[in-house]
Amino acid sequence: MTATVTPGIDGFLAEAAKRAALVVQPRMGFSDPNQMLRGLLAVTGANACTIATITLDSYTRVGDYAAVAEAMRTGMPLNGYPLVNLDPAVTRELVAAIAHTGTPVQVRHGSGLPLDIFQAMAGSGLAVTEGGPVSYCLPYSRVPLPLAVDDWARACELLANLADQGARPHLESFGGCMLGQLCPPSLLVAISVLEGLFFRQHGLRSISLSYAQQTDRRQDLEALRAMHRLAGDLLSDMDWHIVLYAYMGVYPRTRSGALDLLGDAAELAVHGGAARLIVKTPAEAFRIPTIEENVAALEYAAAVAEEVARGEPVTERLIDSGIHNEARTLVEAVLDLHPDVGQALCRAFATGVLDVPYCLHPDNAGRSRSYVDASGWLRWSRVGGMPLPRPAPESLRASGSASGDLLAALSYVERRYDRENESARKPSRD
Amino acid sequence: MHPHVRRHLLGDLRRVLLSSVSSDAHTWNLVYLQLLIEELGPEVVNLGACVPDALLISEALRVQPDLIVLSTVNGHGYGDGKRVITALRAHRALRDLPVVIGGKLGVGGPISDTQTDDLLAAGFDAVFGDDAAPESFRRFLDRLVPSPTGGECVP
Repeated sequence: MTATVTPGIDGFLAEAAKRAALVVQPRMGFSDPNQMLRGLLAVTGANACTIATITLDSYTRVGDYAAVAEAMRTGMPLNGYPLVNLDPAVTRELVAAIAHTGTPVQVRHGSGLPLDIFQAMAGSGLAVTEGGPVSYCLPYSRVPLPLAVDDWARACELLANLADQGARPHLESFGGCMLGQLCPPSLLVAISVLEGLFFRQHGLRSISLSYAQQTDRRQDLEALRAMHRLAGDLLSDMDWHIVLYAYMGVYPRTRSGALDLLGDAAELAVHGGAARLIVKTPAEAFRIPTIEENVAALEYAAAVAEEVARGEPVTERLIDSGIHNEARTLVEAVLDLHPDVGQALCRAFATGVLDVPYCLHPDNAGRSRSYVDASGWLRWSRVGGMPLPRPAPESLRASGSASGDLLAALSYVERRYDRENESARKPSRD
Repeated sequence: MHPHVRRHLLGDLRRVLLSSVSSDAHTWNLVYLQLLIEELGPEVVNLGACVPDALLISEALRVQPDLIVLSTVNGHGYGDGKRVITALRAHRALRDLPVVIGGKLGVGGPISDTQTDDLLAAGFDAVFGDDAAPESFRRFLDRLVPSPTGGECVP
């Protein structure tokens, strides 16, 4: 194949690191290839060090290619780029059209059964993507976990083999983003590291581990340190970096609240040693953002990161609330179940050794629960069968109802950032 | 509303089938709605994320709920919702079953009044936008079972 291949991610990140620049990246996908190209060009042209994104539509994610075809026939807009249904030549043109910028392009898809998507990527010159057998199965699909593990194993091998054709395959674990919010950090770190080990077992040599900003900056810093330490111990023979996601839960509705939250994510990325940041926009609370809104968010995050990087390093006392120990305990408990990481993950969920709070998937035990405590830290209220310390008796606020408590926890960050801005107690960065 | 009054009002609403639509992977909306509906009394069967049309229909026939609640936030709700309600209403046993949909229903923000009317014409009994407060959903549930006095019972 003579197709243009998108650049690898590791060299790009190394260049950015030399300039102490945080690499920023949007979520972005359009059904119309021309609009997709406009989006990619706008991202590469942003005043920031960017990686571009092609987000696929959600029919493609669930493998409903008939629905994609119907939408393409009737002109109904999809919420992403229909990579599998489109002629590979169209995507190859897209890749070729931005090749001169030297910007890597990541495909984001959310699929529990990604083999079709990875095949389409291979045919289109794309070799950077993300997901994982757990992180894209349990929260986002109905696929039985063992089937997802098999499909992901084959997809990883296909991706890894693209190296033979001159591509630089890279796979990011989405494990640090389980359900977006209310999953305590130790489990996020453990799942991300375990998926990294799964990727390695299936031939990948360049990976990233994700972590999503949660409810408290100090807790998140501790989690990122734990992730660095575990990855350093367990993945030292690979190229790896950490990617931070700006808050993925219910987003502030005020513009300045949304920007403050994004700014705090950029600061966290710099202080926590993440090489890459996935941004969110102030439009997020209401709808899918436009190209311009994405570019503005990228530039804003990059500017904050630059300012933070020039400033003082973190000097405050480091907190150890036990995230590293918990994450290491979980990883080791899972690896003890079977020498094959995929089999081990299946057994771990079947026996409740891993148990994602509030996850409705039938293969998740569903016995763990979490809450946001009075100081804003995300805590376990129940650990189910996980080998973790039993939480102290819940000290939840006196509450009216379970639904009210859940809604309060889900909207904790939104309320905090919106309130701070409404009362103007915190100076806005814009 | 006092719990026993609510139980009385919703006495005939015993079982609710709660579901996403085929292309939507979001679940917090479903986790929350399950708690909200359970607190009003009915038992909830929660089908979770990415429910194919055929599964929703087979579960509706099996579970025989008193109400189906579809909740979706990925922007495909208008298309997915219209398709699934049309398929669902084609089953004689499901023709008169109350079915509602709510959430972020359009790719470009809230759907238009015409699109809302489309969904109602296709067979939904109510359409709730993203900005609908929990109270409006509760009021809808209250209306499903008329109170003995015929009036709405609000504290």
